[in-house]
Amino acid sequence: MTHPVMQEDTYTTPDGRKIGGVVMEMKNITLRFGGVTAIKDISFDIREGEVRAIIGPNGAGKSSMLNVINGFYHPQEGEVWFRGEKRGPMKPYQIARQGIARTFQNIALFKGMSTLDNIMTGRLIHMNTSIASQAFWKGPAESEEIANRERVEKIIDFLEIQTIRKTPVGSLPYGLQKRVELGRALASDPSLLLLDEPMAGMNVEEKEDMSRFILDVNDEFGTTIALIEHDMGVVMDISDRVVVMDYGAKIGDGTPDEVRKNEKVIAAYLGVAHD
Amino acid sequence: MIYREVGDFKTTYRADGQTFPIWFDRIRYYVVLLIAFCVVPFIINDYWLNAVLLPFLIYAIAAIGLNILTGYCGQVSLGTGGFMAVGAYSCYKLMTGFPDLNIMFCVLLSGVITALVGMLFGLPSLRIKGFYLAVATLAAQFFLVWLFNKVAWFYNYSASGQITAPERTIFGYRITGAETSAPVTYLFCLVLVVILAIVARNLTRGHLGRSWMAIRDMDIAAEIIGVNPLKAKLTAFGISSFYIGVAGALLFAVYLGAVEVGEVFGIQKSFLVLFMIIIGGLGSIFGSFAGAAFMVLLPVLLKNVLVGTLGWPTDIATHLEFAIVGALIIVFLILEPHGLAQLWRIIKEKLRLWPFPH
Repeated sequence: MTHPVMQEDTYTTPDGRKIGGVVMEMKNITLRFGGVTAIKDISFDIREGEVRAIIGPNGAGKSSMLNVINGFYHPQEGEVWFRGEKRGPMKPYQIARQGIARTFQNIALFKGMSTLDNIMTGRLIHMNTSIASQAFWKGPAESEEIANRERVEKIIDFLEIQTIRKTPVGSLPYGLQKRVELGRALASDPSLLLLDEPMAGMNVEEKEDMSRFILDVNDEFGTTIALIEHDMGVVMDISDRVVVMDYGAKIGDGTPDEVRKNEKVIAAYLGVAHD
Repeated sequence: MIYREVGDFKTTYRADGQTFPIWFDRIRYYVVLLIAFCVVPFIINDYWLNAVLLPFLIYAIAAIGLNILTGYCGQVSLGTGGFMAVGAYSCYKLMTGFPDLNIMFCVLLSGVITALVGMLFGLPSLRIKGFYLAVATLAAQFFLVWLFNKVAWFYNYSASGQITAPERTIFGYRITGAETSAPVTYLFCLVLVVILAIVARNLTRGHLGRSWMAIRDMDIAAEIIGVNPLKAKLTAFGISSFYIGVAGALLFAVYLGAVEVGEVFGIQKSFLVLFMIIIGGLGSIFGSFAGAAFMVLLPVLLKNVLVGTLGWPTDIATHLEFAIVGALIIVFLILEPHGLAQLWRIIKEKLRLWPFPH
């Protein structure tokens, strides 16, 4: 049976970027925790090079959806297809090695380590010298370290965090921690980047900075981005297509303009009179 | 004044990544090595060796080992004494079973055997964390001591149940057995300590060390960036146990010469090494040395002051010694919960500005 995943139909965004075929497809995903159904029969796809937003009121199941995508939760029903292959039972670290990285809603940095070390952990999936080689350091271990350090320094430059390179991340302000976390996710050279509320708790300037970084990542590295965000202004500005969830079900899917006009979406966000 | 990083620019990532990036630190490190290798062996006597230097060196290895597991990978272990016993009994079986085997190989092989045992007992760490893991390793402690008491094969069916190190030499110098000379055993342990400390530093600064620290700081995030928790935790258990096994083998073969398992490798030993790394500083190689020095030197110092200088009776001094060491640990942990390594870091920060703090 041929599967319909790698559709070759592409589209061009209003700002002229070419969006490629389907990278990731979620098919009829249902996720339950005991009696609670967090996600009800949701299907959507993410295409190469697009910025895909998932929005919805609190408790709609957005974060659960990201957790399904990077293998932290295993849905009871439905299939996840990544790059034309159906995903079998996989551990999160195996999925990370396929090129899917993410950031967290509540910052999940390694508090005991410096900014540099935190971002270097993002390179772990590209580092594989043996224990013996690392024990004596000279040779492969050192050159691997230096090569990866160069890559990390590019990301540090990109995110403009050179001055906090050696600062322990625990002592950094919130906005910078969010940026370091983005750096850690970027360091793994992901093809698909999941961002869970990258702008939560930020002021306007910080949000503008973060939006710029997200668009630059998409633009410069060609990374496909799936993000959850509550700030509608930001979502409508930076995303190409939006999935709207409410109470675990999908109530809308389309371009920002289409979603904005969707009555179910308006109802979910503004509420409607029941009669 | 002399401790400066200003102007000490690094132009390559290699230079920036070295162990002692500051010039003064580097010089100090080489001076310490030079004194340890070229001066101490000539002035050492049996009292200094047995009371201070040998236990310090051997416990430093054990502390580095436990620090890798607890300080770097965040897995609490109370099985140190048991794993040291594995090292000691492996060494004994290797020494008696293969009399021609060089003592250096015996010690290192004991480490390898302990590493395997440690990985076995590390398996529960995949499911349980924190205090529960501590209790699981406590079970390892009691099981291993019981095993070496119960199964006579381990102590070659000797009537006393003790194991005694036979005489072994390297280049004609006696390392174990009776009538060893102080400089020789000192240098033997020193070489092992220096090599193992450098290896530990290298392992903890590379990607293996980062995967351990990632697991320690936030295991879920670590897994999502691609750390295999099974691999990270088991390598930590394995390498940590290797160090602890080597320390156990040295404690038995080089330092004590004869060992009764319950007496030497009991639960007190687990706590002693744990205190060393807590006082010295979790997640720091220097802290392992500092903690080992603190726990080894303090009782000796107190005894010399109380008995030697003040002339108190030995029994009262011994009891007071326990009380004072205990009190000092408490005071110390209240004042500096992150250990001697943190204290050292603070001193260095101050030194950077001295003598013009503004």
